[in-house]
Amino acid sequence: MMPGPMNELVEDLPSILASSVVSSSLEANHLQIEVRKDALAGMAAHMIGHCHAWLISEHAADLRERDGTFHIYVIFALPKGDGIITVMSKVDGSDPSYRSLTPDIYAANWFEREMMEGFGLLPSGHPDLRPLRLYDSWPSGVYPMRKDFDPSVPVPRVPTGYEFRHVEGEGIFEIPVGPVHAGVIEPGHFRFSVAGEPVINLEVRMGYVHKGIEKLSESLPYPRGVMLSERISGDNGFTHSLAYCQAIESIAGADVPERARYLRTAFSEMERIYNHMGDIGGIALDTAFGVGAQMAYVLRERMLSLNERITGSRFLRSVNCIGGVRKDIDMSGKRSISTELIGLKLDFDDLVGMMTEMPSLLDRVETTGMLSDDAAKNLNVVGPIARASGIDRDTRRDHPYAAYKDLSFSVPLYREGDVYARMMVKIEEVLESISLIEQAMDRMPEGQLCAKVVDVQAGRIGMSLTETHRGEAMHWVMSGEGRPWRHKVRDPSFLNWPAIEVAVMGNIVPDFPVINKSFNLSYSGNDL
Amino acid sequence: MSKDEKDVETLGKELRAKTMKVLGRSMAIREVDAGSCNACEVEVNSLTSSIYDIERFGLHIVASPRHADALLVTGPVTRNMEVPLLKTYEAAPSPRIVIAMGACAISGGIFKDCYACNEGVSEFLPVDVLIPGCPPRPQAIIQGIMVALEKLESRKRGASCQK
Repeated sequence: MMPGPMNELVEDLPSILASSVVSSSLEANHLQIEVRKDALAGMAAHMIGHCHAWLISEHAADLRERDGTFHIYVIFALPKGDGIITVMSKVDGSDPSYRSLTPDIYAANWFEREMMEGFGLLPSGHPDLRPLRLYDSWPSGVYPMRKDFDPSVPVPRVPTGYEFRHVEGEGIFEIPVGPVHAGVIEPGHFRFSVAGEPVINLEVRMGYVHKGIEKLSESLPYPRGVMLSERISGDNGFTHSLAYCQAIESIAGADVPERARYLRTAFSEMERIYNHMGDIGGIALDTAFGVGAQMAYVLRERMLSLNERITGSRFLRSVNCIGGVRKDIDMSGKRSISTELIGLKLDFDDLVGMMTEMPSLLDRVETTGMLSDDAAKNLNVVGPIARASGIDRDTRRDHPYAAYKDLSFSVPLYREGDVYARMMVKIEEVLESISLIEQAMDRMPEGQLCAKVVDVQAGRIGMSLTETHRGEAMHWVMSGEGRPWRHKVRDPSFLNWPAIEVAVMGNIVPDFPVINKSFNLSYSGNDL
Repeated sequence: MSKDEKDVETLGKELRAKTMKVLGRSMAIREVDAGSCNACEVEVNSLTSSIYDIERFGLHIVASPRHADALLVTGPVTRNMEVPLLKTYEAAPSPRIVIAMGACAISGGIFKDCYACNEGVSEFLPVDVLIPGCPPRPQAIIQGIMVALEKLESRKRGASCQK
């Protein structure tokens, strides 16, 4: 049964859950429910099982100074309409434990491990309590996300251990890969267990580029926070900083000028195109189609230098600001974009024609790295990976921001869940992006670029979702005095990494690079 | 040919002359990400695309530090990358050049005050060349590598004097 209006959602709760609700409030499309700690897991399971909601994030904030408790926020998005539900529970500072959501909702796994090492909140009943990022000689009992942790004091190194999953049996070999890889990519550790060629287990260990961005953000004034959010994951810096700006703007109630909304849309799509070109080129390269790879890389380079001509930055950095944008696209800029896009489209058509008809390439990508729609649903994947496994989710359409509401575009959907499907989703998204930029250029009204945002009240919560080229990114900000009290970043890669362990299963080791490339996940965005 | 591409051609010719003079062969570079946001990696990858195509100028990005004349390090050096970075350095044969690429690798950049970050590569390794930028443009990386070649030349000369 699909839920009706959001109010009914609270009224329709089963009596056992209804009795645990402390308070609930509805503001625009955002329903907030506070429940007692013992009912948090039940409520979350109800949201997923009964309302078919998607898990967006599960994170905590340290509010012991205010009311002696940690707050746990579990955020969901309703499948139809743009409704967001936040279920909140207070966990007493003297007893920092709660019932784990993971036995019911597998996607909560990494979130709870993250909260455990950051805040020392123990999820009872969680099947895997190994640290997620602070495994390397990190002393126990030091929780960096707590407010009483001082980041300027160096944390001592103590001997620690980390248990990998072991697969044993006759003829089974273990292949450790990384963190320093053969290619120019980010560091991460992959541990394969193989029986002959096929992979029978893959364990991904991330965290090598963990810096402590969320903690750093709590010390940076909002305008500096924009700079930081551009550097969470460099290649989708624009959409990350956009989410951060939108979160702050929603706290301040700022009215972003129309022109800035259109510009933000155009820049978001320019970022998507150069990244998708890189992914498509990567798939071509890993299937030994060098010509195609170079064609795609040339197109990517053309987009990067277009970015530079228009904004002064190849990565669209320093374009976003709180309240709007800093860079305008004037008439000559518009002409330059439209000429470039026409040329790009023609060349891209050539490339796509070759890639989709080349038997040697198709042979490598079809049925490789399958992620079934069931697995994709349970793992709660987002972005092109979800859309290649039959999950029809796109933040731009489902939770429209910037100017997406006024523009028309379609969301490509494939059901095969293999490398081929992910490649096709990305190819079609490039074409949609080109059309979105053209529409935005046509309809962009004249006007201001940036609204003045002066009053960001303390103690309020702002949240924003944006669709990066990897999928949905979330920025959640609880405001403090001139800077965030708590800033939670959820990169799409954080949801998608566990899926690669599933997709690789049963494939041969030489196919791992192409599977990895079709996922193209961010290590930096995941590790924060 | 755009102005950018002309710049690359001119730089490239200079680079090729220098690699031939110093090494008599291509220069091998191993890239190590020690905590960057991945924008530096995008730029290093851009160098190998056919617009820049640095292999024609005698610059080869290699898969193993064992083959490397120089390490190109990005990122502020996170706590978890300290050991892998040192191991990679030890695996490279000397004389080896260390290039710190990007604001983070030079000083820790915006991440300097993070609890799991250091203040750049020089805390761990002797850095020979700094390439500023966030991230540096491909042309800047080529320029930095030329400086690295000069350092390598003087180091080699120093080594032969000791013999």
